[in-house]
Amino acid sequence: MTAMVTLRDVSKTFTGSSGPVHAVDGVTLDVERGDVFGIIGYSGAGKSTLVRLINGLERVTGGQVLIDGQDVTDHSERQLRSVRVGIGFIFQQFNLLNSRTVAGNVGYPLRVAGWPKERREARVAELLEFVGLVDKARQYPDQLSGGQKQRVGIARALATSPQLLLADEATSALDPETTKDVLDLLRRVNLELGVTVVVITHEMSVVSYLCNKVAVMENGKVAEQGSVYDIFSAPQQEVTRRFITSALHDRPRPDVLERLRERHPGRIVTVSVREEAGSGTLLTQQLRAHGVDGSIVYGGITEVDSRPLGSLTLELVGDDTSIDALIADLRVRTDVEEHVRPAASGEGRSR
Amino acid sequence: MNSGSASLWPTFLQAIVETLQMVSVTLLVGGFAGLVIGILLYTTRAGNLLANRPVFTALNVLVNTVRPIPFIIFITAIQPLTVEVTGTSYGTEAVIFPMAIMATFGTSRIVEQNLVALDPGVIEAARAMGAGPLRIILTVIIPEALGPLVLGYTFLFVAITDMSAMAGAVAGGGLGDFALQYGYQRFNPVVTWFTLGVIVVIVQLGQVLGNWLARRVMRR
Ligand SMILES: Nc1ncnc2c1ncn2[C@@H]1O[C@H](COP(=O)(O)OP(=O)(O)O)[C@@H](O)[C@H]1O
Ligand SMILES: [Mg+2]
Repeated sequence: MTAMVTLRDVSKTFTGSSGPVHAVDGVTLDVERGDVFGIIGYSGAGKSTLVRLINGLERVTGGQVLIDGQDVTDHSERQLRSVRVGIGFIFQQFNLLNSRTVAGNVGYPLRVAGWPKERREARVAELLEFVGLVDKARQYPDQLSGGQKQRVGIARALATSPQLLLADEATSALDPETTKDVLDLLRRVNLELGVTVVVITHEMSVVSYLCNKVAVMENGKVAEQGSVYDIFSAPQQEVTRRFITSALHDRPRPDVLERLRERHPGRIVTVSVREEAGSGTLLTQQLRAHGVDGSIVYGGITEVDSRPLGSLTLELVGDDTSIDALIADLRVRTDVEEHVRPAASGEGRSR
Repeated sequence: MNSGSASLWPTFLQAIVETLQMVSVTLLVGGFAGLVIGILLYTTRAGNLLANRPVFTALNVLVNTVRPIPFIIFITAIQPLTVEVTGTSYGTEAVIFPMAIMATFGTSRIVEQNLVALDPGVIEAARAMGAGPLRIILTVIIPEALGPLVLGYTFLFVAITDMSAMAGAVAGGGLGDFALQYGYQRFNPVVTWFTLGVIVVIVQLGQVLGNWLARRVMRR
């Protein structure tokens, strides 16, 4: 099956006032049909540029862009326009037309696509129903809340029944509660309508909540990519680790560890919890088998891509040889980080 | 209003009609041409919809050159061209020609300035939906900026009325010409003041109408 989006060694260099800016630098990735593909990175990483290369709002300076197997790299502006009709786009700032009502906004792409009035009206009603804004049809965007505006944005992006939806920081201007509503709506778009979604974000929580695949971007390049669960459970790059820590909050920060040590005199370890490691069961069994007492002092387990992920930090009490044997046994199945006291060796020893 | 034996009323009414004629034709022609040039200035600017440096630079230089010329000098400077185009150098038609040109350049800047304030995001959204440049201009750029544009054109109306009085004084026709001929030169201040009053009323009416329209457009 052909991928929905294929980027082959794609680059975009802007000629800025202070020399060239390599906004996107040799990115290769495939977004398969049905994926919710997250692209995460800090501000300036090149995410917005990358997503604009997909629908041709920006032209590549190198590499190839394929949409549904069709090479659009050398398409004329006119050809690109018809490609764009089949790709929805939602924006951080919503970008609704203030001169049109909610219904007018949702119907706008249908006008562009040349739909007759009656079909247009029926489709707009259907879309407003889907996003739950039937009662707002006659209102203007400036009368809506942020969450409602984004729902209009999503309805508008879905108007022409696109197979692909691009979302550039779609929830970054929203509060956490509204963010969740909008992410749930995007999930429905993916599950109920079968639309492939590319989500640009700087929040790992958005990725863990919504996506099945992720690419981590830094300085215009993809630092690493893969299934969200794999990346979360075994990040290879420092930038990825930072994002994950910010999303899971499961590992004690240095200052937290300091306080934990004050309260707990025993040896402190952080044990990763993953699906294949049998979650918490492994831990309980092993503690019993080695005759070690473990009390959970910190941690968190959450769901990523519908599978458990996180870590638990424990204080282990028992004789040192039993504890060493326990850690060795645990390490067969999962990662264990022992936080050695600073007096002994300074930093926490890992693995 | 009597000056000597002849009643001035017919001449006065004629002057009002001439002024309204000069102002409305100028507003229509200059307003439209200015809208086109203003939109071109905005869209051809670097990074915008039709970014085109040579076109932008040419238009920009042209507008910057013509606009600051004092109108009274401009009328006399292009008089040969006026004669060429209208066949006369006197009367309303001869006045409308330079007025329309001046109004075009004035309008283009007003239009451009109002469009620059537009959120580029809505244009990007329309592009992302597959809309072409002409459609974006007609269905996004103009409607989204309509409120400020109406206020801009109201300002323009006042400026054109002002211009018409000056133009009439030089090349004949309208209320400005009337006030000079029958008021100032015949030492009849009442005629001057009365004419002034009528001009003020015309300007006020335009202003009120413009404000009302802009409020409706902006739904405030
Ligand atoms: N039109 C442009 N001209 C010049 N530089 C640009 C342009 N668009 C983006 N950039 C630069 O490219 C880099 C990546 O920007 P962007 O894709 O917006 O990043 P992100 O969305 O990840 O924050 C930044 O350094 C930005 O300044
Ligand atoms: Mg961005």
